[in-house]
Amino acid sequence: MENDSKSNYLSGILRPERRERRHLIDILQDIQAAEGYLSRAAMLEVSKFLDMPGSTVWGVATFYNQFRFTPPGRKPVKVCLGTACHLAGGQLVLEATARELAIEIGGTTEDREFSLERVACIGCCALAPVLTIGEEVHPRMTPPAVEEAFVNIKAAAPGAPGTESQP
Amino acid sequence: MSFEQLFRQAVSRWESLYKGRNVHILVGTATCGRAAGAMAVLEAFRREIEGLGAAAAISEVGCMGLCSHEPLVTIIKPDEFAICYHNVTPQMVPRLVQGYVIGDDPCLDLALGTVTGGGHEPAVIPELERFNNEKRLLLRNSGYSSPLEIDHYLACNGYKALAKALTMEPGALIKEVERSGLRGRGGAGFPTSAKWRSCHSAKSNIKYVVCNADEGDPGAFMDRILLESDPHAVIEGMAVAGYAVGAKKGFVYIREEYPLAISRLQTALMQAEDKGLLGKNILRSDFNFDIEIVKGAGAFVSGEETAMMAAMEGKRSWPEHRPPYPATTGLWGKPTLVNNVKTLAYIPLIVNNGAEWFKGIGTKGSPGTALFALAGKLTNTGLAEVPMGTTLRTLVYDIGGGTRGNRQFKGVQIGGPSGGCLPEALLDTPVEFDSLTEAGAIMGSGGIIVMDEDNCMVDTAKFFIDFSQQESCGKCTPCRIGTFQMLDILQDITRGMGTLTGLNMLEEIAGDIKAGSLCGLGKMAPNPVLTTLRYYKEEYKAHIMEKRCPARVCKDLTAYYILPEKCERGCDHCVLACPAEAVFSDENGLKVVDQSKCTKCGSCELVCPVEYNAVIRLSPVSLVPENRRTRPETPSKEP
Repeated sequence: MENDSKSNYLSGILRPERRERRHLIDILQDIQAAEGYLSRAAMLEVSKFLDMPGSTVWGVATFYNQFRFTPPGRKPVKVCLGTACHLAGGQLVLEATARELAIEIGGTTEDREFSLERVACIGCCALAPVLTIGEEVHPRMTPPAVEEAFVNIKAAAPGAPGTESQP
Repeated sequence: MSFEQLFRQAVSRWESLYKGRNVHILVGTATCGRAAGAMAVLEAFRREIEGLGAAAAISEVGCMGLCSHEPLVTIIKPDEFAICYHNVTPQMVPRLVQGYVIGDDPCLDLALGTVTGGGHEPAVIPELERFNNEKRLLLRNSGYSSPLEIDHYLACNGYKALAKALTMEPGALIKEVERSGLRGRGGAGFPTSAKWRSCHSAKSNIKYVVCNADEGDPGAFMDRILLESDPHAVIEGMAVAGYAVGAKKGFVYIREEYPLAISRLQTALMQAEDKGLLGKNILRSDFNFDIEIVKGAGAFVSGEETAMMAAMEGKRSWPEHRPPYPATTGLWGKPTLVNNVKTLAYIPLIVNNGAEWFKGIGTKGSPGTALFALAGKLTNTGLAEVPMGTTLRTLVYDIGGGTRGNRQFKGVQIGGPSGGCLPEALLDTPVEFDSLTEAGAIMGSGGIIVMDEDNCMVDTAKFFIDFSQQESCGKCTPCRIGTFQMLDILQDITRGMGTLTGLNMLEEIAGDIKAGSLCGLGKMAPNPVLTTLRYYKEEYKAHIMEKRCPARVCKDLTAYYILPEKCERGCDHCVLACPAEAVFSDENGLKVVDQSKCTKCGSCELVCPVEYNAVIRLSPVSLVPENRRTRPETPSKEP
């Protein structure tokens, strides 16, 4: 069942007109958009499709910051550390977020709810320092505000507080 | 349809909206507006207008560059003032609709000012002093015309330059660009016409035009705003460039992190094709040109043109030696013209108004305007477009409104990771390519970050080197290993383990990296360190000799201390906020920070009520009185 849906979405991405090296990054972007990350299996499919060694696909994929190789959380948390955010205390916000979620940068919480990334500028420098949780932008963050944001999100989640939200 | 017909049709549509009998509401929905809540505001206006059955049109527009005032809404009312409202929330919408859209109350308490111009003139808010210092060429349509409607662009003389260019000889077109003196806005300031000419003379049936929209500098967002606010200007510039050099195919290489810019550009491309302004036989000529979007996958080095082309070919984004230059040997070995977003957006203006007009703006060596993203500790953050030659002081004070909260100005970082930090003494430097290079900074992409007394220059230099080190592609050794070593030394300094020999070593390595690196990323990476060393050496020395961070930023050199004479005792804010349980009460109920436990997150300082303001930062850490450093009677727990 899972395999079926996987090959379905891949065949939608690996369309014949894209069978050219120049579409490699584009293809990888589409896979990540569909699956949330680049799995080994998907990259091997791409290597067959483009008729290039798997190591080449891996080499290109790992070069770029955009690609991740482990599944992200349902709500990816991104802390901006662009220049404006850095000067406004973004590092403290990042540390507070890591502490709050009890994971490291690049990690995912055990319940797969949150994953944590640092990003290089999400383009709202006027609101620095900024943190995004899922699609939501949280402006002018401080360590206490980070704590509050997560308390609110956890309180709003079904099954909260303190219980597993998903089986 | 002929261009005349397209134009007339667009004008009549545009006028019915902007000069018609109904109220027209403009909601700024570029990325920064959205981050501030513009979509909820837009939705609220739609609901309210629909609910009341009011006769009003709503358009989504781009960004006026006034980030700190977002979300912005402009209400254009026939025979009345057009009024711009700022920091609009959905809660304000019913009042604005009842008040100004339907009634006669202009709701002045919510207004930022009136909007004049728009259309053939740039839209400005005359009440804001900053507009006196600005000269809006690229931003002329931003925040006023809708980027989602090609007719809005057409009605404001859009695609006129393309129609005109198609009647000219490519050689004459290149000559016009040459006479205008336009220099590339990607950072280096290379004469645009030289690139055009060499691509034009290159012999090949296949040529490409690439628009470089890989704006990687963390703190610069001009290209994004331009593409989100006025995408057709860039498309038109590309088509003219394609015609001039003899290319039939264009690519826009744009960061994947700019989803809204990508989608607006996609919409614009489709509209241009529908109108016959892109595709085959453009405007009934024999010129064919189409444009494809290529999304970057996040690599700073991809902004370098040869690295960008490698990425477009589906490879690791590694730069190549130049020459050969892309203009003769570029994408897939074909002649390729690579120009920045802003450079291309000037082209329609130059073609329409002529080289002489363009030369009349700015300075002799750097004609035209400069578009800057102002960020950091400024009162007014956002975008500013000024004539070249405007001083940094005007940008920081007259447009930026000076530092926030009147903190002491410390420096301005210009040009991002490739640029430099300039002190107060150099604020009268005019911004243009040559004078900035002389001062040790670069024009760069146009990011300006203002720093105040609370920012540490060593930490800032470290931040940029850390960025360059992470983004170094690894192809050449000086950049890959050199930036790592520089970062190592800077880390030692910020941790109080630096030495004066380390400072000399920094300079030496910086020189080697500049001399030996393959591409601009490496060659420029040491600039933030070199300029801070040049203008803020005392601050480096304080870190090294006194173990003191004057801005009290570097964690290892700074301690949080609670002033006993200010602490209120009964209030437990700091105790509760501390994630490390480092704050405790002494025998008198006064709070003390246990330095051995403190993680220096700053929470206690933030939560201490302003009426007490008892938490301060001290540097060096030895300033904390000895009897108030650790919990005295704490039985030492097992680690």
